[in-house]
Amino acid sequence: MTQEPETEMTDGSPTTGTGGTEPERPDHAATDSPARAVSASTAVRSAAAADSNARRVNLEGLSAFYGDAPAVRNVELEFPPNEVTAIIGPSGCGKSTLVRCINRMHEEIPGAHAEGRVLLDGEDLYASGVDVVAVRRAVGMVFQKPNPFPTMSIFDNVAAGPRLAGIRGGSLRDRVERTLRGAGLWEEVKDRLEEPGIGLSGGQQQRLCIARTLAVEPEVILMDEPCSALDPVATLKIEELIADLRTRYTIVIVTHNMQQAGRVADSTAFMLSGEMVEHGPTDKIFTNPDDERTEDYVSGKFG
Amino acid sequence: MEAGGFTAPGGRRSALQRPSGARLPDIILQWGVTLLSAAILVLIAYFFLKLIQESTTVFDRFGVLGFTFDNDWDVARSVFGALPLVVGTLITSAIALLIGVPVAVATALYITELCPRRFRSPLTIVVELLAAVPSVVYGLWAFIVIIPFLKPAEQWFADTFSFIPFVGGQVAGPNYFIAGLVLAIMILPIVSAITREVMSTVPPDHKEAALALGATRWEMIRTAILPYSRAGISGAAMLGLGRAIGETIAVTIVIGNAPNIGHSIFSQGYTLAAVIANEFGEAASNPLHRSALIAAGLVLFVLTLLVNLIARFYVVRAERGPRTPRMIAPGMGQ
Amino acid sequence: MNGTPGSVLPPVAPRRRRTDRIMRLVLGSATVLAIVPLVLVIFYLLQKGLGSWSINFFTTDPSGKFFGDPGGVKSAILGTIEMVALATLIAVPIGIGVAIYLVEYGKRGRFAQVVRYFVDVMTGVPSIVFGLFIYITLVLAGTGGTAFAGWKGSAALALLMLPIVTRAGEVVLSLVPDSLREAALALGAPRWRVVFRIVLPTALPGLITGMLLAVARAAGETAPLIFTATIVKGTSLDLNGPMNSLPAQIFSDVGQAQDRLVARAWGAALTLVLMILMLTTLARVVSRRSRLI
Repeated sequence: MTQEPETEMTDGSPTTGTGGTEPERPDHAATDSPARAVSASTAVRSAAAADSNARRVNLEGLSAFYGDAPAVRNVELEFPPNEVTAIIGPSGCGKSTLVRCINRMHEEIPGAHAEGRVLLDGEDLYASGVDVVAVRRAVGMVFQKPNPFPTMSIFDNVAAGPRLAGIRGGSLRDRVERTLRGAGLWEEVKDRLEEPGIGLSGGQQQRLCIARTLAVEPEVILMDEPCSALDPVATLKIEELIADLRTRYTIVIVTHNMQQAGRVADSTAFMLSGEMVEHGPTDKIFTNPDDERTEDYVSGKFG
Repeated sequence: MEAGGFTAPGGRRSALQRPSGARLPDIILQWGVTLLSAAILVLIAYFFLKLIQESTTVFDRFGVLGFTFDNDWDVARSVFGALPLVVGTLITSAIALLIGVPVAVATALYITELCPRRFRSPLTIVVELLAAVPSVVYGLWAFIVIIPFLKPAEQWFADTFSFIPFVGGQVAGPNYFIAGLVLAIMILPIVSAITREVMSTVPPDHKEAALALGATRWEMIRTAILPYSRAGISGAAMLGLGRAIGETIAVTIVIGNAPNIGHSIFSQGYTLAAVIANEFGEAASNPLHRSALIAAGLVLFVLTLLVNLIARFYVVRAERGPRTPRMIAPGMGQ
Repeated sequence: MNGTPGSVLPPVAPRRRRTDRIMRLVLGSATVLAIVPLVLVIFYLLQKGLGSWSINFFTTDPSGKFFGDPGGVKSAILGTIEMVALATLIAVPIGIGVAIYLVEYGKRGRFAQVVRYFVDVMTGVPSIVFGLFIYITLVLAGTGGTAFAGWKGSAALALLMLPIVTRAGEVVLSLVPDSLREAALALGAPRWRVVFRIVLPTALPGLITGMLLAVARAAGETAPLIFTATIVKGTSLDLNGPMNSLPAQIFSDVGQAQDRLVARAWGAALTLVLMILMLTTLARVVSRRSRLI
């Protein structure tokens, strides 16, 4: 897999250690244009295609309810494989709910249900007979607040998912190491895998949770405001990780931080009051949106 | 002075001075409740010391260890070694825990995680109703209804599994097992209630994380709930144990009150609490016997104190949450 | 449908789904198992207890005769009511007093922590040990001129009720927001008025609930009464002499291998359980009216 200069942190090698200062990187200044992300993805995608699990996700007429109250109304959206799609919108617009419908976590809330179709490479995840357990293995989720299992070590946290699928012994250890490397955490924790997962810093915990999600080898990764509980340095690391993960997965990221969307996402969708107002290439959404409401939001008139 | 409820500012003199008489009720209240609390402490200490004092008669005769660990409780010969009582207490409590705790934890899990919302409250009330039935009623019910009902099944079990130690042989009507069973029913509400409370403090984050990894409901319980609740469940079980050890009336009705160590769980037996209730009448005229019963009460008291101490340790551990995170050395990467 | 070749979704081992189903069944069955005893107890209480109920049952005293008419349980009912009432009169003021100390004055101080610890210890003490305490100190000494007496039974019950009332009291009193206290103090009210006019009334429903639960507990206890008020001898209502009570009456009748006595025991048991149910239901109703919980 080709290494991009911008994404040189895969093994965490030059970035461990000294209180969080990052080595200088040429094109990766703090205020990036989305153009970089788009060009990077097209350059990498062909090389990555053979190596990747990524699948296409389509939402058709998706609506979600809490009891009788609709939180998401009739959304049509596509998440192309090997791309990062951001969903932005003001608080309460339904973006988290939408994303939780994709891995069918929404229905875990008592009284909540969803209607419509969620297609994974054409197969409807809401069809009758579909096992939600299988859905959640195919569609992974990283939560807003890092939540490693408190009673488990770093190793056990990552191993939790594969263990459920019956993976043991050598292949389990291999998978744990592989995913920790993939999450950019291996170098930092390889000597202390038996220590409790909650002993890590916030940013490390979140990367641990990402590793945990990767360990079940999903095809789509949902991220619900993954950096909102982290400081800027940790956020940066996670964003770099996302850029790297894009080559192997389809990524959907919910964020209230528009700059973040600009930095990591190929496409962006804007939601308001449960409705999908507009979606398209990130660049366009931020510089030349079609809908006036989108323009108002991205220019900060409300939100 | 205090008409209308509040001290009105005084007359022409200093408006801020409270007439000294008005301070009196405050002082009385404060000292009153403080002394009351101190009195309670003194009372408990006094009772404890009196217990010890009254036990000295029998301790002088047989020694403290002799009394507690000699296997010979014979009223007729005025010999009082309490081992059969201690063993009986332990056996019945162990049976109570073995049956009661898993059922209580399972019930707590079912109510908090699996049952439909609308049944949660009624189910909780029903389980708590078990605690409203007094001990003597459980004793009556078990004696009249359960003992005859279970006897054939017990005999079948004893015959079929006689190769397991402590199982074979003739099944007595009242026996250790029935006592343990009744105790299990009696400790169920409290163990279940505490377990339910502990489980409801599991952060939803962790449950969601497990589900999002593609775990089934049971796997989620196994991964996120049970490990987190371990300390709390242990505390609940210890509290149940404390209750089982001290339970008197139901046990004395169904255990047979035989001052021997039975050879199987289906033999008649005795416990520390049961002996006090049962032999009290005849001990009235025999000071040594009376002292023996009081000493049995002392042993019982100390035992429950110990168990409750351990229980509290676990519950405090549970409240603190599983493993507090280590402090990270500065400079560690993000 | 999943895991079939051609499906996009990964296969889920059927073993896992089976285990999930089995465990759900196990947990559900265990819950049913937990409820079965309650159902059975209620069933038998009604079936056998109602049969014993009659006017006679409630209006005559136990005759103490083994053969022939055993009599009713009048003295037992009245005895329970009298002894529990006296115990309540002792335990509730003291219990609330200690709770007031803990919440209003002691708070987190050293002494308060010790008191709290001791009260906690008391909740774990078996009821028979309380009976023993009273026996050693009051009965043996023949205090009050008699050996066994109803009021001594009340003393033992009061010891039992005390930690319950104190615990519940402490919880409820500390639920009263400090802002209320401060508002009253800021108006110039002395501490004692704040406690009696503001704090206690606000906490009243919770205090009543705690009291009712303690009463329900005490009403059902046998062990503390066996050697303080003794069993059955008395048909009197004099608290200064041996006194009967429902639990003691039941206990005495169970052991006898006489059908009519056992039948009376069931009737008495039904009466006792109904009394306790009424108290706990009342407690629940009152607690729902509390503005604090």
